[in-house]
Amino acid sequence: MDLILVILVDGLIYGAWLFIVSVGLTLVFGVLGILNLAHGSLYAIGAYSTATAVGIYFAYGGDAFPLGSYAVMALAALLVAVVIAPLLERGLLRHFYHRDEVIGVLVTYGVFLILEDAIKLIWGVDPLFVYEPYDLLGMVEAGPLFYVAYDFLVIAVSAVTGFAVWYFLNRTRRGKVMLAVIHDREMSQTMGVNVDKVFLLAFGAGVFLAAFGGALTAPMISVSPGIGVNVIIVAFAVIIIGGLGSIEGAALGAVMVGISRAASVHLMPELELFIIYFVMAVVLIFRPEGIFVRTQTRKI
Amino acid sequence: MKALSDIRVASLLALALLVAGGFALPDWALFLMTIGLAKALVSLGIVVQMRAGLVSFGQGLFFCIGAYVAGLMANFAGLTDIFVLTGISVLACLAIGGIFGPLLANYRGIFFAMLSLSLSMILYGILSKMNSLGGTDGLNVAAPTFAGYAPEGRALSLSLYLYTSVIVVAIGAVLRTGFDSQHGLVSLAVRSNELRVEYLGASVRRTNAINYVISAMLGGIGGVITGLAIGHVDPEYAYWTTSGEFVFVAILAGYLSIPAVFVASIILELVRSFSNLYFPNTWQMVLGVFLLVIILTLPNGLGSLFHRRREGGS
Repeated sequence: MDLILVILVDGLIYGAWLFIVSVGLTLVFGVLGILNLAHGSLYAIGAYSTATAVGIYFAYGGDAFPLGSYAVMALAALLVAVVIAPLLERGLLRHFYHRDEVIGVLVTYGVFLILEDAIKLIWGVDPLFVYEPYDLLGMVEAGPLFYVAYDFLVIAVSAVTGFAVWYFLNRTRRGKVMLAVIHDREMSQTMGVNVDKVFLLAFGAGVFLAAFGGALTAPMISVSPGIGVNVIIVAFAVIIIGGLGSIEGAALGAVMVGISRAASVHLMPELELFIIYFVMAVVLIFRPEGIFVRTQTRKI
Repeated sequence: MKALSDIRVASLLALALLVAGGFALPDWALFLMTIGLAKALVSLGIVVQMRAGLVSFGQGLFFCIGAYVAGLMANFAGLTDIFVLTGISVLACLAIGGIFGPLLANYRGIFFAMLSLSLSMILYGILSKMNSLGGTDGLNVAAPTFAGYAPEGRALSLSLYLYTSVIVVAIGAVLRTGFDSQHGLVSLAVRSNELRVEYLGASVRRTNAINYVISAMLGGIGGVITGLAIGHVDPEYAYWTTSGEFVFVAILAGYLSIPAVFVASIILELVRSFSNLYFPNTWQMVLGVFLLVIILTLPNGLGSLFHRRREGGS
């Protein structure tokens, strides 16, 4: 009984984290039609910015109000989005909207290569640590086990983020306009929607979510080169399971992958590394386009 | 018939050039050429699929299988003969490609790319966790022998290089013929409009599956040679960034020309070696910029530069 509980809690924590790091990817694909391979690098940049910003915060008297470091984390992610999103979207990606989806993958692969080295140039190759925010909330007793409360904060933040994205898309005017663009770009343009602006907004949101995922993760890990490389692949698995471009799908995919991985860690640790891709392969065999996805008409 | 003799002449010329180069080049360049040519075979596999409009982001799967066949045979069965090793890895890749090819033939575009990627990552995960196969450290591979001949030092790298040259030229000639065959032309038609191809009576699924199996075998050969040349194999061979480099070369070369693939692959190895030496922290950035420039300026790759006349860059 305890084992099942442990697997569920661990799976939920990991799933929540997965959702945060993959929801931006699925949003960008849904609106722009570009599967952003550089998503992991943006995540890494978010983590590095947070490490720097929180470090500065505590160096200049942040100890008086340590909880403020959470605000600093969010601000760091926002800053990353404001600086990088317009550059990438206006400067590069918009040239590829009419091209094949695979071209989008290749272009963002190029961006990934560039950003990976840019990170090393800016922050160096030595790992950075920002443990303060992780320890702030203390421990939580859950049945027979103790968890770091920060892990539960990740679950809460993930749930709030998911709800916010859903609310924005389904209950606000701007969000509905964005949905209209997803469904039919040309028609929305004819109806007077400024599609360029919608694209920039969506990509900005995607970059923010990636960077925010990194910001949230930074206190839990040692921030070092290469952290983005692994993230991108699990994020892909999650959104492909759920169906590319679907927010609900990303949530379901994240929970499925999270729990499968937790189960394998506790039951068959040797399978841990490939269980994610295994789940993805199985889902794709039965639902070739993912779980939540609209059927598409074939092009003649 | 004229086309066929053209291919023969071109192949013989290429082989003569490669062999002559082998005796002239210094050791480091010989190694670099061997790796460049071997990896080009893997990228050539991607090109085979690209001609039908598919881009595989998981060619590292077969590259890794080929390399591990060489490593395992040498370590556990004492087999070091390069002809036998190449044969076994081709068979292994044929078998595995034969299983996944028909399965993946249903997928297009991004799903094909990502599914093939996930297959190679599954292999990466398995190999990393298998301590009997060395885990993430991988295996050392014994030096190959050539039908009883067991060279060492310079003679070894030269033999390996010559072996690679012969294989590369032979495969290049076979593929060029294949590209111009019925199957090859149907592949191109699939690229431009697969529904019409179906209506005309050809099977898109079958075309894609055959291309997948061909590229699997090419990946295996590339893997064997690379594993033997480096003398070490590890799970990184199946990691997605390795596959990414193969895609990089395929995109750089484009799907129009076979020699372009070899040129692109050798360029990549050169850039990698020199950048590693002079600017170790920015060489990926150089590659990235290069890739973006190619995609923006030469959508059909380097090959379109000297192939425009024949296929109209379509």
